[in-house]
Amino acid sequence: MRTFEPKIIAFCCLNCAYAAADLAGSMRRQYAPNVRIIELPCTGTIDQRVLLQAFEEGADGVLVAGCLEGDCRYQQGNIRAKKRLRALKKILDETGLGGERLEMFNLSAAMGARFAEIADEMTGRIRRLGPSPLKSK
Amino acid sequence: MIVAEQKPLEEIAGFIKDCNKVLVAGCGGCVTVCLSGGEKETEILASALRIKRRIEGRPLETVTYTATRQCDPEFIEAMEGVVGEVDAIISLACGVGPQYLAERFPDKPVYPAQNTKFAGGSKAQGVWEEYCGLCGDCILHRTGGICPVIRCPKSIQNGPCGGSQNGKCEISGDLDCVWQLIHDRLKRLGRLDLIKEVAPLKDWSKSRDGGPRRVTREDVMI
Repeated sequence: MRTFEPKIIAFCCLNCAYAAADLAGSMRRQYAPNVRIIELPCTGTIDQRVLLQAFEEGADGVLVAGCLEGDCRYQQGNIRAKKRLRALKKILDETGLGGERLEMFNLSAAMGARFAEIADEMTGRIRRLGPSPLKSK
Repeated sequence: MIVAEQKPLEEIAGFIKDCNKVLVAGCGGCVTVCLSGGEKETEILASALRIKRRIEGRPLETVTYTATRQCDPEFIEAMEGVVGEVDAIISLACGVGPQYLAERFPDKPVYPAQNTKFAGGSKAQGVWEEYCGLCGDCILHRTGGICPVIRCPKSIQNGPCGGSQNGKCEISGDLDCVWQLIHDRLKRLGRLDLIKEVAPLKDWSKSRDGGPRRVTREDVMI
């Protein structure tokens, strides 16, 4: 039987998480290769429709990674993203897909090792949850 | 604006449980402004319904369309092209929209995705409050521009009642006594004489007692 390899989409703010992912690479830090990174100018630009689209098009998990709270370049972007994700998690619970497949993380550009941890943590979580129920349907 | 709040997904999904393809129709009017039924919310609802149905093993096809307004016949004409191919329509407009759609498309089931709450405005981002009771006989000219009909829980016309304590209403410590607000504002305007006038009995026949109300203006008719 083929083992399940989660497909995870990471929407990363270019001011922190995206740079942290870059740093993780420069540091030669190994992390789960299941995470596909999409750069955002700020997590405050995230649209719930895009996150839903990721799930509809085959993602097993989605993570949004923004700056540490209080450190957003645009002051409130990451806080807004957090609220939008909270609302979307509720919708995902209602659909039966499960809100735990979506998560927000906060880190700084200097936290390359933390980015690797997040990638591993999210991959582990989705591996435990199994493939997206949308996949087999 | 008319403020509406989306029904739970479960309830909406229940309306269309036997459908294979639905039109999810948003409205570009009030419900876009109160962020519950505009283009964005329409697409989110359609996506959530699709996901739910795929998980249940009965995929649902959706078409989305957001009309400029659902309460004007000319704006729902454009839906004609897609209505033929769907089993039902879900409207994200206020209570007016589904009725207009039902009237325009008599053979198509139309379901509401919203609970229409009230006529009001936004107090802050994400907070809306009722401001107008649609009573049909406005008295704001003698209450300092503050409506006791809807903002006083008892709709008292010659207030305040005995439950007004330190400027707050007896039903909730969070609620300002509207008659206190009226008093303070009229005092500021130097028009406390208005509050001393005994208001005549309110003519409720102009309110919602006699069936649907209608406004007719010959000068704008074509």
